[in-house]
Amino acid sequence: MCLAVPGRVMDIEERDGTRMATVDFGGVVKEVCLEYLPDLQVGEYAIVHVGFALQRLDEESAKQTLELFANLGMLQEEFGDPWELAAEASGSPRPDSSETTQEARQ
Amino acid sequence: MSETTALRVPLPDLTAWTCPAPLRDQPRVVMGHGGGGAMSAELVQHIFAPAFGGQTLSQLGDSAAVSLGGVRLAFSTDSFVVRPLFFPGGSIGDLAVNGTVNDLAMSGARAAYLSCGFILEEGVEVSVVGRVAEALGAAARVAGVEVATGDTKVVEAGHGDGIFINTSGIGLIPAGVDLRPERVVPGDVLIVSGDIGVHGVAIMSVREGLEFGVEIESDCAALGGLVEAMLAVTSDLHVLRDPTRGGLAAALNEIAAASGTGVVIQERSVPVPPAVANACAILGLDPMYVANEGKLVAFVPREHADAVLSAMRAHPLGAAATVIGEAVEAHPGMVVARTGLGGTRVVDLPIGEQLPRIC
Amino acid sequence: MKYIDEFQDPDLARRLLDDIHSIVTRPWALMEVCGGQTHTIIRHGIDQLLPEQVELIHGPGCPVCVTPLEVIDKALEIASRPEVIFCSFGDMLRVPGTGRDLFQVRSAGGDVRVVYSPLDALRIAQENPGREVVFFGIGFETTAPPNAMTVYQARKLNIPNFSLLVSHVRVPPAIEAIMESPSCRVQAFLAAGHVCSVMGLGEYPELAERYRVPIVVTGFEPLDILEGVRRTVRQLERGEHTVDNAYQRAVRPEGNPAAQAMLEDVFEVTDRAWRGIGVIPRSGWRLSPRYRQYDAEYRFSVTGIDTREPAECRSGEVLQGLLKPHECEAFGTTCTPRNPLGATMVSSEGACAAYYLYRRLDLTTPSLEASTVV
Repeated sequence: MCLAVPGRVMDIEERDGTRMATVDFGGVVKEVCLEYLPDLQVGEYAIVHVGFALQRLDEESAKQTLELFANLGMLQEEFGDPWELAAEASGSPRPDSSETTQEARQ
Repeated sequence: MSETTALRVPLPDLTAWTCPAPLRDQPRVVMGHGGGGAMSAELVQHIFAPAFGGQTLSQLGDSAAVSLGGVRLAFSTDSFVVRPLFFPGGSIGDLAVNGTVNDLAMSGARAAYLSCGFILEEGVEVSVVGRVAEALGAAARVAGVEVATGDTKVVEAGHGDGIFINTSGIGLIPAGVDLRPERVVPGDVLIVSGDIGVHGVAIMSVREGLEFGVEIESDCAALGGLVEAMLAVTSDLHVLRDPTRGGLAAALNEIAAASGTGVVIQERSVPVPPAVANACAILGLDPMYVANEGKLVAFVPREHADAVLSAMRAHPLGAAATVIGEAVEAHPGMVVARTGLGGTRVVDLPIGEQLPRIC
Repeated sequence: MKYIDEFQDPDLARRLLDDIHSIVTRPWALMEVCGGQTHTIIRHGIDQLLPEQVELIHGPGCPVCVTPLEVIDKALEIASRPEVIFCSFGDMLRVPGTGRDLFQVRSAGGDVRVVYSPLDALRIAQENPGREVVFFGIGFETTAPPNAMTVYQARKLNIPNFSLLVSHVRVPPAIEAIMESPSCRVQAFLAAGHVCSVMGLGEYPELAERYRVPIVVTGFEPLDILEGVRRTVRQLERGEHTVDNAYQRAVRPEGNPAAQAMLEDVFEVTDRAWRGIGVIPRSGWRLSPRYRQYDAEYRFSVTGIDTREPAECRSGEVLQGLLKPHECEAFGTTCTPRNPLGATMVSSEGACAAYYLYRRLDLTTPSLEASTVV
């Protein structure tokens, strides 16, 4: 359930009436069926399982998640309750104040 | 290793044993028996070694060290059944030379003479045989070895897979060189000569049912020169292995089992090229179990490790050599990886064939 | 690989772990449903890094492990027929049926092939019009859409020599079965991210509410697992039980509507036996009547199957989280990946095999700390 990995669509073509794409997984290229994501565009990332693109990968969400992780320790050091602030930070850009505070203390 | 554990632990109550259903007593050979893992080892231990007897065979190394007329020789044989016959970066002809040359090199010997037996399937194109022979000859010239004797047989169509090749080789073991897993002691430094998993991924990329595009070529190469460069630093290397079938995991498990020491590897230090890592990620494989054809692992006494590493890096086939671990007193016979996150896991002997997984 | 490597970062993992350590105050038992998650946890040693109060129970989400013995025996029978090319995902080949596996069928002359995708099997059918090509369609909601599409294509392209041996299973009924079990210890679920990529979140709020358990949709890389655990523990500590999505980059609330529509068309919900667990009502899919001509069970009337499970295999309890693999007497003795008694010892995402491969010995951290490698 499943080994599915993110790949980037390189090009798209119809074959036997089926929408197929060439997808790049960091230098490894495979043919992938796009029938379940018909509006996927060249350049976008999708989660691929046994030769099928099953869901578009939301790059913005991935970035926000990583930022949330990166902020965890920072916020904890500065404010105490990491959960509230991390959740907040994931929705909006990190407040500048945390950096300035840190600098001011140094 | 699992098998010894099995023997030590008392069996469950036999009267309550309704259906053990073990698949171990398989009436027929399955592909896993040729995978270089636990099943291959069982075949050798339970069928071949008892039947053949003999002191030399009990070494069970990549090649045998034998004395003849006061001279120490390395002697080895290997059979090649690769499909397809030609793959990115090489062919069955290259493998047939380098496989045996490398087995000899792991004893410290430079290969001198090879024998070469061809088993051809009725119907295979003569031009294909010609291309394989060309590749084999070219590889022999690069490795500096002479094909001194050969044989050809033809089997009926459907009874072979195009071309099978067997090669055997002999070479001189230099004085003072004694490479055996038994010599490994805790504290020895574990070096790998370069990126792992390259050959296996190159082959998989062209295998029916798994095909994928990747800019990667087999690392198939003769390692005699690299070994000579290492031995020039010190003849006191403890053991060398070329991690072919079963990959790094199989080679290290064999050494750990034979030496009775534990092996610890730092997973983040193991050089895995992105294309190998990503192909493995898609297929659900572990790069440590993927085959290599032009790499070696070395256990080197700590005091020589830096110098040996430098010598390796100065050689084209060892340019990316790096330390990946060491032999330890703890967990004798077992290979343990320290994961990137700081956890640990046992790296076991592979069982049979590596299977792509879906989950 | 982009979007994988970043989610394995050791520094960020440390931050997540620190946070989990700082919020946990009492013991909690979490079940990761999916075998892929079990694999990541053991492969990276994540369970050793979590606070000891956080116990991870490995769930039944390994499709290879839960495929019923009867279906495997049918597969073995069909694969043995001379006219059949039997195609399968790789990890099914070593799963023991009653006394043998697909490898042994192959060694006895059966044409058994490993493929990456069901579409590869369809192509083999096109290339071999004189042979019957059967694909072993196992898996959860993630794998069902690819198999459904393949059958749909076979009908559309009129490829009569292709059929599917179906044994699909669904996650929500399994969660229900686990929570209804009288000995259930599970207090929260890490739901399977890629199942939700297809199905969305819609099936879970009712379960979270009924059983008062947090359900956190979780991805598969180490940081994803840690974030899933972190959010779950947070809810447990606060006495909450909601459905939360910790895998937003790949899971939308509505899932993939096109895939759901195809499932609706090609399959119908059915009761399904789970190996080691038993029949769970409405927990599986079979081909709907319109596609019955592509159903291998109909095409090859397989009869006389006499299934026998080894009595000492306790994989059912392992799959239900009632028993840790190493607590089974057969573990590592009569049952090893080399000679598996049950399917959980076969596939590397099966709980027993994962334990065997990566956790067999209680390795003491000090001896490893002492090693001064690199």
